[in-house]
Amino acid sequence: METAVRSHAMLCGCTCCMACGTTKVKAALEEEFRKNGIDEEVKLVISGSNVFCAKGPVMIVHPEEIFYEGLTVEDVPALVEEHFLKGRAYQKLTFKEQDKKIAIPSIHDIPFFKHQVFLVLKNKGLIDPERIEDYITMDGYKALSKALTLMKPEEIVKVVSDSGLRGRGGAGFPTGKKWELGLKIKSDVKYVVCNGDEGDPGAFMDRAVMEGDPQAVIEGMIICGVATESHKGYIYVRAEYPLAVKRLQIAIDQCYEAGLLGSNILGTGFDFDLEIYQGAGAFVCGEATALMRSIEGKRGMPRPKLWRSAVKGLWDKPTVLNNVETFANIPQIVLNGAGWYRSLGTEKSAGTKVFALTGAINNVGLVEVPMDTPLRKIIFDIGGGIINKRSKFKAVQLGGPSGGCIPEAYLDIPVTYEAIEKSGAIVGSGGMVVMDTSTCMVSTAKFFLEFTADESCGKCAPCRLGTKLMHDLLIDICEGRGKEGDIEMLEEMSETIISASLCGLGQSAPNPVLSTIRHFRHEYEAHIKDKWCSAGACRDLCTFYIDEKLCKGCGACQRACPSNAIEGEKKKPHKIMQESCVRCRTCVDTCKFGSIKILPASARSANEADLQFIAGMAAGSLAGVGK
Amino acid sequence: MTKLTIAELQRIQEENKATFTLRKGGYKAKVVVHMGTCGIAAGARNVMTALMNEIALAGTNDIIVKTSGCGGLCAREPMAVIELVDQPPVIYGDLNEEKIKEIFKEHIIGGNPVEKYALALGSEAIY
Ligand SMILES: Cc1cc2nc3c(=O)[nH]c(=O)nc-3n(C[C@H](O)[C@H](O)[C@H](O)COP(=O)(O)O)c2cc1C
Repeated sequence: METAVRSHAMLCGCTCCMACGTTKVKAALEEEFRKNGIDEEVKLVISGSNVFCAKGPVMIVHPEEIFYEGLTVEDVPALVEEHFLKGRAYQKLTFKEQDKKIAIPSIHDIPFFKHQVFLVLKNKGLIDPERIEDYITMDGYKALSKALTLMKPEEIVKVVSDSGLRGRGGAGFPTGKKWELGLKIKSDVKYVVCNGDEGDPGAFMDRAVMEGDPQAVIEGMIICGVATESHKGYIYVRAEYPLAVKRLQIAIDQCYEAGLLGSNILGTGFDFDLEIYQGAGAFVCGEATALMRSIEGKRGMPRPKLWRSAVKGLWDKPTVLNNVETFANIPQIVLNGAGWYRSLGTEKSAGTKVFALTGAINNVGLVEVPMDTPLRKIIFDIGGGIINKRSKFKAVQLGGPSGGCIPEAYLDIPVTYEAIEKSGAIVGSGGMVVMDTSTCMVSTAKFFLEFTADESCGKCAPCRLGTKLMHDLLIDICEGRGKEGDIEMLEEMSETIISASLCGLGQSAPNPVLSTIRHFRHEYEAHIKDKWCSAGACRDLCTFYIDEKLCKGCGACQRACPSNAIEGEKKKPHKIMQESCVRCRTCVDTCKFGSIKILPASARSANEADLQFIAGMAAGSLAGVGK
Repeated sequence: MTKLTIAELQRIQEENKATFTLRKGGYKAKVVVHMGTCGIAAGARNVMTALMNEIALAGTNDIIVKTSGCGGLCAREPMAVIELVDQPPVIYGDLNEEKIKEIFKEHIIGGNPVEKYALALGSEAIY
């Protein structure tokens, strides 16, 4: 007889939590359970990502549904005594909202979870990703059974088409249309390829799905095989995702053993083989045609899109290629129907989308919401707003190196493909980086251009040289060498790169520049004309200055300054010694009274009277102070 | 694992249901055993073990067991609260292994509260 279990401790086993010490905490918990004689009553499970990544390792305990964060080995004895023996939430490690000391122990009350709709992430924190039985118990492979026994390929394609699902890899191409063509083309060999390259900086949605629910991706791919009469699949994952590769491989092995992959799947006579192909982590290899070249063993370079991949793809055979999240949606669409899926989101942007929410925000983690959810709700209700109380929201970056920055004025638009594109960004694969007032938008554009210049495969000159030239120009602007006409030059180069590049990399690389010029043109102008970076991020374009009227002489900045550049007696206004100041911005973030002002570079050599004048001008947002 | 058929997928789902009732909710009965210092001193540990054994023996998958601290009535420990779906919770006191076994059969499985051991009706907020 097996002993009954009364509690399940689901310890998060995603890469982030593992890096924070999941393995050590697991050992400590096991030891403590044993010591207290409850190691059989309480089951410890390493689950997939719990999606709330703020302070790992995190753990959810059932049936009480209590969420713990920031677990340490030292806390384990007290946690086990309080929670597992005495049945009280261990307050020290429960979630607490920023500033408010009140603990929110139940996962159902934590705002981060409360506003989300989990569909792709429905198994988060519920299953052990290395146990196929867990996946099956959560209705896993029911959709495949239905597809194999009750549906014709045309019917599967129709459900996917009718659901309105669009590719989650970035371009938002209707998935049903791709599958329809995949089915229509006749060929002895056809392929199904899953794109798990995920090269956008700041994005980790696909990794979480592959690590946390690998069977859902596999089931989606097999169903695609049934729908398009294909019998061979590849999952392309970058080698930088070792845990995803490991869990996918375990899942594939279990499927072969259980007869869910290989020949005669579930005894229905359908055959499908699947293997992982590890990429070397080049951004361009996420582009569909480059990815297929890479699987062929060639150098990952895009080809002209003279024909669709569904006609001629991998080894010139018809290939249906979709993103990880796209495939993970499929089983539930097949099981619950197109209408069910369409009930979420909007007419043209149906269903949910997973975003990786990061940056200057309180609650960092994965966010899954219906596509009609406004940005403001994601950033402020779910994300908990800006982390630094002394700064404010400035922009949110969507779509990574192919996307753009969206300012405050647009925060009430929903995250649909159409609305986001209108605002100058793209939904992209789901990276969402929130920036506060300490972020310089010119530097942000520079960061992305450095990335694309680095990652350009070099095939097309406009992309290879153009991104480099744009990056150089942005460096000049950030270092004080900007000149009249630079903004127009950036716009002109953007236009050429977009129109003359072969693939999406070049076609979208200028977007971060164009969107920041569109919404933050004044910042470019201040950099160029006033030699002023008002965010204080470009060291050559700012002067830090203490406003005497606001300074209380508390000495906090003095203690924080790494180069001893601040002088002043206690309770009297302090002063920054410009010759020693390294312009690291530490004092600005330290001062509680907002007394440290960021002025143009020219203020550095100004005398006290002039400084006050410049400060006054700067407060009025400046006009020609540099003169 | 042998090669699965569709029927076997269902079997696996049935077999693992208990695990997922616990993780997803949807249980028939909830038992809260007091495990405060007073409860443990009075023998709550043995009551808990006996209860877990009964559950395992019965092979049920829709009962969840929680613990709580002292309920403020230390003299009547070990105590437990049993709540069936759609029924008011019943508080039991002065428990021991024998009594909890009897309560398990009569109340949890049978649906009839064991009045002779019951102290009161009423729930308790744990968290
Ligand atoms: C430079 C570049 C990088 C890309 N990287 C990815 C990626 O990492 N993952 C992804 O799914 N799609 C990526 N794409 C989009 C793919 O080309 C393709 O549109 C997508 O994988 C198709 O799947 P979907 O229709 O399910 O979105 C990238 C495109 C470009 C141009």
